[in-house]
Amino acid sequence: MPTQQQTIDEILDLAAAQFKVPRESLSPDDDFFKKLGIDSLQALSMLTRLEQHFNVELPDYELQGVSDFRTLAERIQSRL
Amino acid sequence: MLDLDQYTCLGEALRDALDRWPNETCLIESDRDRERTRLTYSDFKLTALPLARALQDAEFRPGDRAAIIMTNQSKWLVSAYAVFHAGGVLVPLDFMRSAEEHLQLLAHSKAKFLVVEYHLWRAITQSPEFKNHKLKIVLVTEAPPTSDLRGGFRWEEFRRKGDPVFIPRGREDAACIVYSSGTGGRAKGCVLTHGNYLEQCKALTAWYPFWPGVRYLSILPTNHAIDFMVGFIGPFVCGACVVHLRTLRPEFVRDAFVRYRITYVTLVPMILKNLERGLRAKFDALPAWKRFLLNRTITFNKALTRKQPNVKLSRKLLPEVHKAFGGDLQALITGGAFIEPTTPQFFYDLGIPVANGYGLTEAGTVLTVNDLKPFRADTVGKPLPGVELRILNPDEDGIGEVAAKSATVMSHYLDDPELTAETIVDGWLLTGDLGRFNGSGHLQLFGRKKNMIVTEGGKNIYPEDIESAFEGVEVKEHCIFAANYIWPQKELGAEALVLVVHPDLNQEFGDSTREDAASRNRSLPDYKRVSGYVLWDKDFPRTASMKIKRAELADEIRKFLDRSPAVKEL
Repeated sequence: MPTQQQTIDEILDLAAAQFKVPRESLSPDDDFFKKLGIDSLQALSMLTRLEQHFNVELPDYELQGVSDFRTLAERIQSRL
Repeated sequence: MLDLDQYTCLGEALRDALDRWPNETCLIESDRDRERTRLTYSDFKLTALPLARALQDAEFRPGDRAAIIMTNQSKWLVSAYAVFHAGGVLVPLDFMRSAEEHLQLLAHSKAKFLVVEYHLWRAITQSPEFKNHKLKIVLVTEAPPTSDLRGGFRWEEFRRKGDPVFIPRGREDAACIVYSSGTGGRAKGCVLTHGNYLEQCKALTAWYPFWPGVRYLSILPTNHAIDFMVGFIGPFVCGACVVHLRTLRPEFVRDAFVRYRITYVTLVPMILKNLERGLRAKFDALPAWKRFLLNRTITFNKALTRKQPNVKLSRKLLPEVHKAFGGDLQALITGGAFIEPTTPQFFYDLGIPVANGYGLTEAGTVLTVNDLKPFRADTVGKPLPGVELRILNPDEDGIGEVAAKSATVMSHYLDDPELTAETIVDGWLLTGDLGRFNGSGHLQLFGRKKNMIVTEGGKNIYPEDIESAFEGVEVKEHCIFAANYIWPQKELGAEALVLVVHPDLNQEFGDSTREDAASRNRSLPDYKRVSGYVLWDKDFPRTASMKIKRAELADEIRKFLDRSPAVKEL
């Protein structure tokens, strides 16, 4: 199982690639809505991409109240 | 459809619907691409009645209030019907709220019963305020087998044999208490009667009928006034079918259109725009000659449907587009928030009518909707049958506050006669929205008189509800406004909240204070965040009881500051 830090790094890599932003501009505590310039539907599509990558299934409600990469990583990590 | 004039309450109409179409499918619930539940009206009855009986055995009395906090799913509707069957009052709460907000609204509504999904209940039980709750019975759905329900019962096991007693209610009796706003400020619990809902349903289905075989895709939360009406009451009293999706992921929403051959769907502007973006990207990816042909066909379709839609013809002209929506789509319904006219026009040009409407919880569901004769993307349509609208104190352009009189207007705000008297004056509901009628009787909206915003996701946000999140920021006082309330614009859209801060005399709003405010802002759900701050150097005007005189403060700010230089990024 990857470590929490590895999970965060992989999420940042995938988010940067999906929304075409420089990887170095993203950090774990960033608000991904603001930093990626996305709305909640685009955040859901990011979640789908992450599910495929980590091979887990996350119900939509796992994203409720989550806006930074670190918390998102915790949610994913708890299901790995 | 059932003749709704013969009924005095929703429970009675729904009960008859269950007997009238026993073999028609009324509910389908799908989780991604896995179908979880499919119920006929007869199955629905067999599921709901043992629950109603168990409620009655647990001393649920006529007039008792039962709250529901759930995402869109079959148990939402089954529970709601059981409550109505037992003569109860439903309190549908927004599942997107925080646990603390849920507890506040449960207390405000004085709900004795609660039906809640496990993950939401778990969050509620972890709140420090949980110990103060006054709920008598809590029914938790989909709880894992070994979970501690903290006094709750498993919904799936909470049922009793034997027929429950059907409790009729009068048209004037409360059917639902729906919160149009908040917790931090003044909770606005709209008390909507059985008569309100029956009249709303009659008016809406006169223009947009349902019938057995119709499939309505329920995406808006069912606690929202629109989905409660068009994703539950409307389809059920007409023998139609409601399709629930347990996810809002665009790929599964698109898939559901095709799999279930959807007839109607209501979408908030954000989702409609997302669909538009997806289609435009597909069109742009076509080879040049195909795009040329497509554009020519769209132009031809536009010419043929200028006066009114002709969905059958449009399906023949643009079969690929219509197949992507399942091939049976009659109309997209939208409302609840401002939408750029270009978006509904885009779909209409493809032969997919968009019924753009306007309403507010206080008015039941919908006051106006586009009758498509002809389609007008720049308006929110005409008043529904039985709805009377008036423009109060129009200015030189004919724009003034929209006031409504209708049998669908709520009875009152729960436990707030003062606010009720300010909102319903001489039988007219003051909407706080600014509008005017164009020459053909369509309502056009131009902004808000009230201090609130509606997000693209259809959520009403009242600034007072958010202020408490900034308590503790080191300033003398702070306040939140809808930017358009301070600086009115005769247009809707681009609505934003701003934080007004007034530092103490010897203080400055330096980097660390600003970062504190920014961090508090980030902790809010994205739709509640302020988009900037305004620095103000005078004391806020206040009442004798120290409440901020918001209108006066907004006037002062407007007098001294212009919007764009004054609002700074947080």
